[in-house]
Amino acid sequence: MSVIIVFLAVIAGISGWWLSQQRLMSKPWLEQGVIDEHGGSLGPAMPTAKVGLGVFLAVVGCLFALFTSAYFMRMALSDWQPLPMPGLLWFNTLVLVLSSVALQVALMAARRGQLDTVRLGLATGGLTAVAFLVGQLFAWRELAGEGYLLASNPANSFFYLITGLHGLHIVGGLIGLARTSFRAWTGTPARKLALGVELCAMYWHFLLFVWLALFVLFAGWAASFIEICRQLLT
Amino acid sequence: MVDVTPGSVEAIPPAEVPEVELYHPHSWWTTYVFSQDAKVIAIQYSCTAIAIGMVALVLSWLMRLQLGFPGTFDFITPEAYYQFITMHGMIMVIYLLTALFLGGFGNYLIPLMVGARDMVFPYVNMLSYWIYLLAVLVLVASFFAPGGPTGAGWTLYPPQAIMQGTPGGQQAGIILMLVSLILFIIGFTMGGLNYVVTVLQGRTRGMTLMRMPLTVWGIFTATVMALLAFPALFVACVMMLFDRLLGTSFFMPAIVEMGEQLQHAGGSPILFQHLFWFFGHPEVYIVALPAFGIVSDLISTHARKNIFGYRMMVWAIVGIGALSFIVWAHHMYVSGMHPYFGFFFATTTLIIAIPTAIKVYNWVLTLWRGDIHLTIPMLFALAFIVTFVNGGLTGLFLGNVVVDVPLSDTMFVVAHFHMVMGVAPILVIFGAIYHWYPKITGRMLNEALGQFHFWATFLGAYLIFFPMHYLGLMGVPRRYNELGDMGLISDSAHHLNAFISVMAFIVGFAQLVFLFNLIWSIRHGREAGGNPWRATSLEWQTPETPPAHGNFGKELPIVYRWAYDYNVPGASQDFLPQNDPGDYAGAKGH
Repeated sequence: MSVIIVFLAVIAGISGWWLSQQRLMSKPWLEQGVIDEHGGSLGPAMPTAKVGLGVFLAVVGCLFALFTSAYFMRMALSDWQPLPMPGLLWFNTLVLVLSSVALQVALMAARRGQLDTVRLGLATGGLTAVAFLVGQLFAWRELAGEGYLLASNPANSFFYLITGLHGLHIVGGLIGLARTSFRAWTGTPARKLALGVELCAMYWHFLLFVWLALFVLFAGWAASFIEICRQLLT
Repeated sequence: MVDVTPGSVEAIPPAEVPEVELYHPHSWWTTYVFSQDAKVIAIQYSCTAIAIGMVALVLSWLMRLQLGFPGTFDFITPEAYYQFITMHGMIMVIYLLTALFLGGFGNYLIPLMVGARDMVFPYVNMLSYWIYLLAVLVLVASFFAPGGPTGAGWTLYPPQAIMQGTPGGQQAGIILMLVSLILFIIGFTMGGLNYVVTVLQGRTRGMTLMRMPLTVWGIFTATVMALLAFPALFVACVMMLFDRLLGTSFFMPAIVEMGEQLQHAGGSPILFQHLFWFFGHPEVYIVALPAFGIVSDLISTHARKNIFGYRMMVWAIVGIGALSFIVWAHHMYVSGMHPYFGFFFATTTLIIAIPTAIKVYNWVLTLWRGDIHLTIPMLFALAFIVTFVNGGLTGLFLGNVVVDVPLSDTMFVVAHFHMVMGVAPILVIFGAIYHWYPKITGRMLNEALGQFHFWATFLGAYLIFFPMHYLGLMGVPRRYNELGDMGLISDSAHHLNAFISVMAFIVGFAQLVFLFNLIWSIRHGREAGGNPWRATSLEWQTPETPPAHGNFGKELPIVYRWAYDYNVPGASQDFLPQNDPGDYAGAKGH
């Protein structure tokens, strides 16, 4: 359970830092009058939707951290046989990076008010994300074709389950992206799109980060890294 | 010391919210059924939770029938008994307590208490309720599925949970249970995002975090915990569903069932326990923290005195929330873990007693020399303190490995967790309903029926659960549907069991009286007015009672003070509402 504990420690650090900006030492019983706080960086300057997405991403991160924890615990048992990484996954990773970059470009264009580039970025981001999903399906087929079935080994079960869940999150993101794109093609000015595009980009970067972490996990590098840390500590 | 701006009250423009931000319903359906108003959603949540809670109450009666009078009732087979016990636990912990505290009180109170017009994402909030309802319906469906609901115990431990010997294990029961939990978690996450972000972003002008009523602090912290803890249950449920349906071996070891080797091999039931309790222990505080918050407000209001140690209360809530994530394995002392782990988890468990004890001292010190009005909410709040201390003390017993090992799986554990997370939070829920019912409906609940309900519930609950401690110390195991002829169990245990069963029926009956009171008072209760308890927090200062959609009329209130200005020296009345600019010259004198 060490992965989830580390994850929660990070969350606790962020929450603690935020709380420390909130005048927790004040004595409210001595203070009358209007206090205009919001000195902390999460004040109303930050759009509500962005805070909401941030909280949601913490929950999603928690979910994947828990799967990773379970992965490591199950891995320690004797029947674990790591499965080979299809080369296709490298390609998929590249496609997902492209997708993230495209949305970042769209965001920067939206801030500058260039509607055409926004549209281009959104379309590229969406199509590459779909391409990633298709690529993942092909990777599944390839593995299944070589006899690495869902139930034949826990390593396989985890691989299909976690990549499937990651894919589902991308599908959910595509719905949000479709809504933003719809607005981009129905005459909303680019600057008004900035928030929606930013939310999509945030979500995409986050899922890219999760994917990279999962890639490291499935490739077995994470386990060797932890093994090195353990040897350093003991 | 602080950047307060006394004197410049006139210069502050009222914070107006543009009309466009509120969704306006157009028909009866969108006003009362598919409503996006947090108050309507709160009532929907509460009614659903209470309805499914009544099912769990009936299940507990059936269990008590069997335990009190074994062999008398033929229809309660051992399998049926396990199903009752499982569904009773699951419903009470998740579908009643969690849903009612966060979905019910959270939805109703957060926007009103922080001075917001509504939750920040009303549409998602509405979805949250409908998914919750779907989860409840799936759960109810399992009662009618072939083989009935699952009988795996509320902890659903594999491997037994998905095997033939357990009721529902190889039928639909366990599948429906897991699907229902997954739905619940998805629905809760939608609601939880709303509660957290509304507290972060939706507070009105002047409502700093340290001016929020403790109710909001409790619900806020509990929601943050729930958002981080429920994913663990989600992961456990999904993986178990895979084991059950797709033949994977996440949790299932190599095992022989009815003389037949199963397909599974190598899985770890302990892994499930870790995931389950990583959710399960924070869950205790997810239920307890809102109760702590609400009870603080009840005590302060009904003792006409500011809460003692407000800052300490806030810090304790946050501290308990953080600590509760590193104690989960104290539910697993008998799982054969490394002794040093047991030592670690026993230590963290006992450390939680410190912030918790601080809270208890502060409640008592708030009462000290207060002007205590023994209203029904106050009676329930006082009963909560006593009950919580009782349950907490037995928690210290069970938190120590050497004491826990012999007491594990006995009725002592049952008595402990019913006292601390069954009876205690339920008492707060009752107190809170008596307290806020006038705001929700505009009428008071009937006082005489309330007195009966309180005394029957409070005394009855003690008569049910106190003897269980004794049974547990004697060695009576939990989860047995019948004790039979065990040498170690004396006759007195059987008599006590019969006594407990009778008491359970009486307490259950008192809840029916309460339900009657809830329905009867909507029409026939005494008119309450806007602020019957003369309370300070913002929900009592709305222009209309019950509050209209949008809560505060044209202008949002501006907050000038914390929520506990009762009996301020020099003030013209014994309470100053949070939006009362007051008299700064007089206030300077502190």
